[in-house]
Amino acid sequence: MKKISRRSVLGTAAVAAAATTLPSLPARAQSKSLTIGVCSDFSGTYSDIGGKTSVACVQQALEDFGADKKGYDVTVIQGDHQNKPDIGAGLARQWFDQGVDLLIDVPNSAVGLAIAGVAAEKNKAYINSNSATSKLTGTACNAQTIHWTYDTYMLSHSTGGAMVAQGGKSWFFITANYAFGTLLRDQTTAVVKAAGGTVLGDAAYPFPQTTDFSSFLVQAQSSGAQVLGLANAGKDTVNSIKQAHQFGITQSGMKIAALLVFINDVHAIGLEIAQGLILTESFYWNMNDRTRAFTSRVLPKTPNNYPSMGQAGCYAGVTHFMKAVDVIGVDAASNGAAVVAQMKKMPTDDDAFGHCYIREDGRFMCPSYLFQVKKPGESSTPWDYYTKLHTTSAQDSFASPATEGCPLVKA
Amino acid sequence: MIMIFGKPAPLLFGQLLLGIINGSFYAMLSMGLAIIFGLLKIINFAHGAMFMVGAFVTWGLLNYLGINYWWALLLSPVIVGALGYVLERTVIRRIYKLDILYGLLLTFGFAQVLQGGLTNYYGSSGVSYDPPDLLSGVWDLGFMYLPVYRGFVIFAAVIMCGATWLLIEKTKLGALLRAATENPSLVQSFGVNVPRLIALTFAGGVALAAFAGVLAAPLYAVNPDMGSELINTVFAVVVIGGMGSIGGAILTGFGLGIIEGFTDVFYPPGSAVVVFVVMAAVLLARPAGLFGKLA
Amino acid sequence: MFGFSRGQLIGFVLMTAVIVAAPFVVYPIFVMQVMCFAIFAMGANLLMGSIGLLSLGQAAYFGVGGYTCGYLVQTFGLTPELGILAAALAGAALGAVFGWLVIRRQTIYFAMITLALAQIVYFWAVQDINVTGGENGIQGIPRGALFGLVSLNKDLAMYVVVAIIFLACFLLVHRVIHSPFGQVVKAIRENEPRAISLGYKTDQYKWIIFILAATLSAIAGATKAQVMGIVTLSDVGASGSGLVVLMVLLGGIGTIFGPLIGALIVVAMQYYLAPFGAWVVVIQGVIFMACVLVFRRGIVGELAHRLRTAL
Repeated sequence: MKKISRRSVLGTAAVAAAATTLPSLPARAQSKSLTIGVCSDFSGTYSDIGGKTSVACVQQALEDFGADKKGYDVTVIQGDHQNKPDIGAGLARQWFDQGVDLLIDVPNSAVGLAIAGVAAEKNKAYINSNSATSKLTGTACNAQTIHWTYDTYMLSHSTGGAMVAQGGKSWFFITANYAFGTLLRDQTTAVVKAAGGTVLGDAAYPFPQTTDFSSFLVQAQSSGAQVLGLANAGKDTVNSIKQAHQFGITQSGMKIAALLVFINDVHAIGLEIAQGLILTESFYWNMNDRTRAFTSRVLPKTPNNYPSMGQAGCYAGVTHFMKAVDVIGVDAASNGAAVVAQMKKMPTDDDAFGHCYIREDGRFMCPSYLFQVKKPGESSTPWDYYTKLHTTSAQDSFASPATEGCPLVKA
Repeated sequence: MIMIFGKPAPLLFGQLLLGIINGSFYAMLSMGLAIIFGLLKIINFAHGAMFMVGAFVTWGLLNYLGINYWWALLLSPVIVGALGYVLERTVIRRIYKLDILYGLLLTFGFAQVLQGGLTNYYGSSGVSYDPPDLLSGVWDLGFMYLPVYRGFVIFAAVIMCGATWLLIEKTKLGALLRAATENPSLVQSFGVNVPRLIALTFAGGVALAAFAGVLAAPLYAVNPDMGSELINTVFAVVVIGGMGSIGGAILTGFGLGIIEGFTDVFYPPGSAVVVFVVMAAVLLARPAGLFGKLA
Repeated sequence: MFGFSRGQLIGFVLMTAVIVAAPFVVYPIFVMQVMCFAIFAMGANLLMGSIGLLSLGQAAYFGVGGYTCGYLVQTFGLTPELGILAAALAGAALGAVFGWLVIRRQTIYFAMITLALAQIVYFWAVQDINVTGGENGIQGIPRGALFGLVSLNKDLAMYVVVAIIFLACFLLVHRVIHSPFGQVVKAIRENEPRAISLGYKTDQYKWIIFILAATLSAIAGATKAQVMGIVTLSDVGASGSGLVVLMVLLGGIGTIFGPLIGALIVVAMQYYLAPFGAWVVVIQGVIFMACVLVFRRGIVGELAHRLRTAL
């Protein structure tokens, strides 16, 4: 009898003790201690446009800011949301409960939106530098969230607008059937229709487990549309384009509008197949001296993967966050609304995006660039893939705050 | 454009062809499953994982050893078959006396090990593998474009299914296998090494899955989840066809692929679930499946 | 007392003590998740332990419970206890329909049909975007106020509710097993033809157990939805069905503490090993295999066997 009691008690005590040692975060006893959490996709569809390179960019930002020299003790932790909103939200909740001051990155709009809710609930700073959904500065905006880098509005108007201007009037969409894909498709549809075009059909597929797009490509081909609009990203886009090539879509004269493409995707597809693709990014490593300098500093930390705009956004976001903390102090930094308010007050400046600013609704305002992928012969150095076609000003790249339904915007 | 049943002909034929391609995979995989179940009475939930490993081995052979696709068609099934042989002799052998469901759980666990391990090394979206040069390119058939490689897949699958069926139904080895299924101890008393036969059968069934994996590598991104997505459908196919019937598995595999293809034309969201609806319906009407016998 | 054996009574007292102390020592959300999954596992344990049937589709009821509660609470402002009640009814209804379809089948076919039915439910969850939110799921489910009076926004308040639900389910399951009804079910498990010859309508008994299992799964799903505020496709997918079987197997099929121990270990693994990514899946697979090969009684089962008492 006594045996059972002792054994069970010991057993449960051991488990309980183990359970309390959830990721331990440094005590705030030392005056200048901060924790930054990188919540990203480390193994799935978006692992190349987020993942380890995002962490590298965060670390680079801290180095360039001189965090150590200024006496800051910053811990960077990372977590894999596996493209599941419940895992992402649970991770965010746990991190914020245990003292994380800033949550950054988050490719995948569904997870991005879920975390925005948690950030508001816990009043902690959240810089989303890798989701696309413009709802983050629209109906889902809040005082703790900043949406960095790009959004679906920018993509639909820049790439979508360019394709329509080139004569692509009839479209067929292949859409990742979740928050991001459906929004991108809807916004691009608006652009197409406003220019007098039509949408002949839409094939929405389950995300993230679809790797075979053949059935949707067949539908697209038989619709006779002029443009194949890909409302997806990451490896989905890579697979769609490769398979489109296998099915002879480009040979038959159909154009591909890859609405969201990162340089890592172009690398995966290869210039042979990707040449001529038109895409929009707000950062390109080879665009000017400052971007080249930043890239050469961060590359040793991420040797096989050059940073694309989302990861550069992690760099810029952390840089700006640290500048804000410099002003308001570390203790105030755990108050999300306070830090974000300070970040909105100060203009931003970094090697990745240059001089920009953050709007009242949390939207990071930077210009966007229309690029075309080079032909294999035109590319001289590794990852030298883009030719810049056009620059759109920050004002024109993003939706006007009045129309998006953000409660923070005074009417 | 010609319209059939209100849908453009390219769409109909295109989806039909895609359906046959899917059906090829269903047929090959369910054949292996039916063989394994027929002789070992094991529900091999690791079959999808073996298919996936076959694809990874194909990629690995090219990436690490520079061995091309054509050799992989032979080597990958051999390697995975060897893995299956070892698995049977070490682990599966121990549970024959137990309830049939333990076999299911054991192989399910093994599948998780394989899947998790490969996810760790290669990420959940996996790696890409291009079709061999000889088979790349596209045929313009007029009513649709058919990538050459996909045509090859259908061809290879039909040959493999036919060859396996012939082996089991028409050769002496096949007769031995069928006899051992019905009465292992009697066959053993004739001097046949039944345990080795069983291990080889398992290896063979799994090798079939790996062969399908080689065919699949250039088609779908080689990723750790490619087997688990397929396995549920394949089980449905085997159950519909009848759990021990090989001919049933082949016919049902292709048949269901075609049904899926048609559903994709008329009601695309339904194509993911039509197989299960058919399975539920068939099982309620004919508990042993279309071609099976209630043991 | 209550039909508990000596060992079980001590176990129950200990368990209650741990549950009461836990939120002050451990992250409360973690413990709440354990309890929700323990309820889920209790349902599966009923099926596997009492009538010896393996269902590969329990997640269907878990998901339906979650979606029902989430949708009603979020859209119609239902209070949490009504949401969970509605979920239980939905689970019971679905269990009744599906159960009636499958209960006459034998082992493998039973497993396969439950798998097929679960896939059909998954398909509904993907398609019916207005109710389930499709790929996005239902997010931001408010915790509301219990009976309209006590706000559950504080984790501790929610914890008390979850603990009460868990203990209630625990006692209910135990009562069912140790009732005359439960005795008949046990008889059916041991020798069905004889039970039939004694005049028992065995199919009906099995059907009721099936419904009970579905109801418990739905309650678990609904409670989890309230705790985490989110329901997604992963709750209704095949991985959840596999996970609950693992919990039951690991804990010990047919024991009453098994589901809790199994749930505790599996959920803890997912928390601690999350930084290690997919190694969790590998370890789960290894545990599955180990349980089948050498550890068929499960942890609690093994303990009970050594101590020669029922647990």
